[in-house]
Amino acid sequence: MKMVDVLYFAWVRERIGVPKEAVETSAATVAELVSELSAREERYAAAFADTSALRVAVDQELTEFDASITGAREVAFFPPMTGG
Amino acid sequence: MKISVQSEAFDLGEESTAFAKGHQDQGAVVTFTGIVRDNSDGTLEKMTIEHYPGMTEKALTEIADQAVKRWSLGDALVIHRYGDLVPGEMIMMVATASRHRKNAFEAAEYLMDYLKSRAPFWKKEFLKDGAEWVDAKQEDEDSLTRWK
Repeated sequence: MKMVDVLYFAWVRERIGVPKEAVETSAATVAELVSELSAREERYAAAFADTSALRVAVDQELTEFDASITGAREVAFFPPMTGG
Repeated sequence: MKISVQSEAFDLGEESTAFAKGHQDQGAVVTFTGIVRDNSDGTLEKMTIEHYPGMTEKALTEIADQAVKRWSLGDALVIHRYGDLVPGEMIMMVATASRHRKNAFEAAEYLMDYLKSRAPFWKKEFLKDGAEWVDAKQEDEDSLTRWK
């Protein structure tokens, strides 16, 4: 098990109810972390119901859901970005 | 290169003038400014822009670095605000400096296209009858293919 900071932005943050939390996990990939969180509580399952509607960053770099989180300090989930 | 993520308003004139100065070998400066637009019903009360501190600065710097390299820019600038903004307020600006105008225009478009879909900002609109997150547009994603 390891600790990783998990961050949520925009409607993902609102649905989960916190902007950031330290999570103890044995997940090796983003997808495994999503499965672990979704199994915990309904609010996670609801937020992660359709991961095609979400983006993920590992240590502040955009990546894919099959990416490794081994050694990662920070994993962030958010909807597609709307800057500009 | 200047990258600024800030909640405070910026002065377009001052920023543009400061940017255009001191580039004797650069013949062209292009600036673009984004403004909070009210909807057609005039019901937008405010817009809140959320961002990912740390990643935002990193992503904007990477995007600007790419533009500088690809178009051999003399300089680039990105200012993007977060927090609460009302219709008519300036949200962001980009500026590019190059020897000739074509590169400056293209690089400014590139910066805009990338920071719309690749910089971690999210807009929430507060309308008279409720609030909603702005959905990303497929056309914004599609516009990136032009630069591949």
